[in-house]
Amino acid sequence: MAGININEKCVGCGICVKICPFGAISLVNKKAVIGDACTLCGACESSCKFGAIQIERCVGKVDTSQFKGVWIFAEAHEGKLKNVAFELLGKARDLAKELNQEVGALILGKNVKPLAQELAKFGANKVYIAEHLLLEDYSTDAYSNIIVGLISKHKPNIVLYPATRIGRDLAPRVAAALNLGLTADCTGLSIKDGLLLQTRPAFGGNIMADILCPNTRPQMATVRPNVFKKPEPSGAAHEIIGVPVKLEPFAIRTKTKEIIKSEASGAKKIDEVDVIVAGGRGMECKENFKLLEELAETLGGAVGASRVAVENGWIPKAHQVGQSGTTVSPKVYIACGISGTIQHLVGMKDSKFIIAINKDPAAPIFNFSDVGIVGDVKEVLPKLKEEIAKIVKASGQ
Amino acid sequence: MEILVCVKQVPDTTEVKVDPKTGTLIRDGVPSILNPFDQFALEESVRLKNQYGGNVTVISMGPPQARTALMKCLALGADRAILLSDRTFAGADTWATAYTLALAIQKAGKFDLIMCGQQAIDGDTAQVGPEIAHNLGMAQVTYVEKVESVEAGKITVKSIFEDGYHIIEAKTPVLLTCNTPSSFQYGNPPMMAIMKAGKKPFDTWTYNEIGGDKAKMGLCGSPTQVVRVYSPPTRGKGILLNEPADGAVKKLIEAMREKKVV
Repeated sequence: MAGININEKCVGCGICVKICPFGAISLVNKKAVIGDACTLCGACESSCKFGAIQIERCVGKVDTSQFKGVWIFAEAHEGKLKNVAFELLGKARDLAKELNQEVGALILGKNVKPLAQELAKFGANKVYIAEHLLLEDYSTDAYSNIIVGLISKHKPNIVLYPATRIGRDLAPRVAAALNLGLTADCTGLSIKDGLLLQTRPAFGGNIMADILCPNTRPQMATVRPNVFKKPEPSGAAHEIIGVPVKLEPFAIRTKTKEIIKSEASGAKKIDEVDVIVAGGRGMECKENFKLLEELAETLGGAVGASRVAVENGWIPKAHQVGQSGTTVSPKVYIACGISGTIQHLVGMKDSKFIIAINKDPAAPIFNFSDVGIVGDVKEVLPKLKEEIAKIVKASGQ
Repeated sequence: MEILVCVKQVPDTTEVKVDPKTGTLIRDGVPSILNPFDQFALEESVRLKNQYGGNVTVISMGPPQARTALMKCLALGADRAILLSDRTFAGADTWATAYTLALAIQKAGKFDLIMCGQQAIDGDTAQVGPEIAHNLGMAQVTYVEKVESVEAGKITVKSIFEDGYHIIEAKTPVLLTCNTPSSFQYGNPPMMAIMKAGKKPFDTWTYNEIGGDKAKMGLCGSPTQVVRVYSPPTRGKGILLNEPADGAVKKLIEAMREKKVV
């Protein structure tokens, strides 16, 4: 098999056979043999205790020393910076400090000067502000063109984007335009030997991968909301730099004709809250979602839902947690009547504290919860709300 | 309307289990499936073909066994399939994958619409679609749940955003990445359709057919490098309370206080 070799150190232990996510390895005469299904993902190489598997990797020769600075793309919505913009800024500050480089922030929109000030206050040494009527609504064409231009001109070392609807639309477009690597949905970022070490889940969260981008600059990643902490204001020196923008309507090939806000948009969004109270099939009917709303309100959180609950029309899709919904990682996640399919678990298992309430003691959700209660949600939820209300009241006095 | 759909064969991650003792992936018996988001993109494309006329071509880059996924697409209504399979392409990250696919798409013909699943469930990156769009100089709309209408030179789609749905009009040619709406039912094609699929045009292309710069393909052409793959840290064993609600709630509150989450 080209690109991957098994050497004489192989003892035929079979660990790689089990670990291969593609089932590409078999044992022949007590030696591992790599088959056609191999994608060179590297899972086996990392798992082999004997150093018997080697993947041929290329070594590039790009001068990376001229790229300096850790940038973030600051996403705003309806005139306010999203929480994730601050979270990225906090992480960028840590990374920049370690590299002894500056923090840069990009803000695009219409009338976003106050947001630029806020980014500066929270630690961006340089804020690049691009204002234009045509930047009011997000468009892939306008946003990516401006960012590609800024990166080409100022040559940052690292650029971070939020792993949101817009960030995940924008970042790959920029990566393709500049021939750059891009790591999606990172949950960890650190500096290793001067390089950005990017950690992300794969295979529906069943494995983690550490990724480097050694030969291209800037190193780029999208970062999940709610993973990093919002920093304190920094008081560092800063500069706000206006970016001249020239946009022609015809160059923007997509146009937002109408926005149909989901019923949830008046309420808090599930990827921006500290507490989520989520309901699934076990809630039984739409009316019982009232119980979740009441508890969420008491805790200052939002209501989430499994796919089944959304499909049954108990709650709009904007509340859906999981693979085809939103990935969340709040401080507290309360799963009510949710059995815990892998698609749901992927979307919430990075929550800091998970509580599950389910009638079925064998529900998979209990394997992922810090505290599980075997019981009927209709009975448990009112009691829980009552107890929490007491605490909230006591702390408020 | 000429439509091309990009699909991927993926391990069914919902069937992947983690060995509780060793923390490693148990892959035995995990079936390979057509990526669910891609199946929706394909079926939406077939619906458009039936409504507006035209052809649906389906393309996949992968090992020889990815043929199975393409055959399913043909049975679901695609007219022609292309499998890109060569060791030169193996180990590609999203950038190198998009480079290779864009070359093949240019060879495959001129398309008004390219449809992709929003992401593949094994990698979840959602990058290859937008990267292909750039490489082909096309507009893009991601997170599309429905194509509302097609007119000369433009298409109107319903795309999901965090605040609800946006109705977006895009100039064609355009690339859409599709997010499966919750009402979509995954079905298997009927027997007759499976039998007919075997008679539809199926090409297998290697590096020789598409050409291009080998230094931009496969593992060597990939800017990102996976340096380590490991099992996620497991959550410490939680408490399971199987007792009347009053007592259970009290204990839960204690645990929450201890962890300072309330």
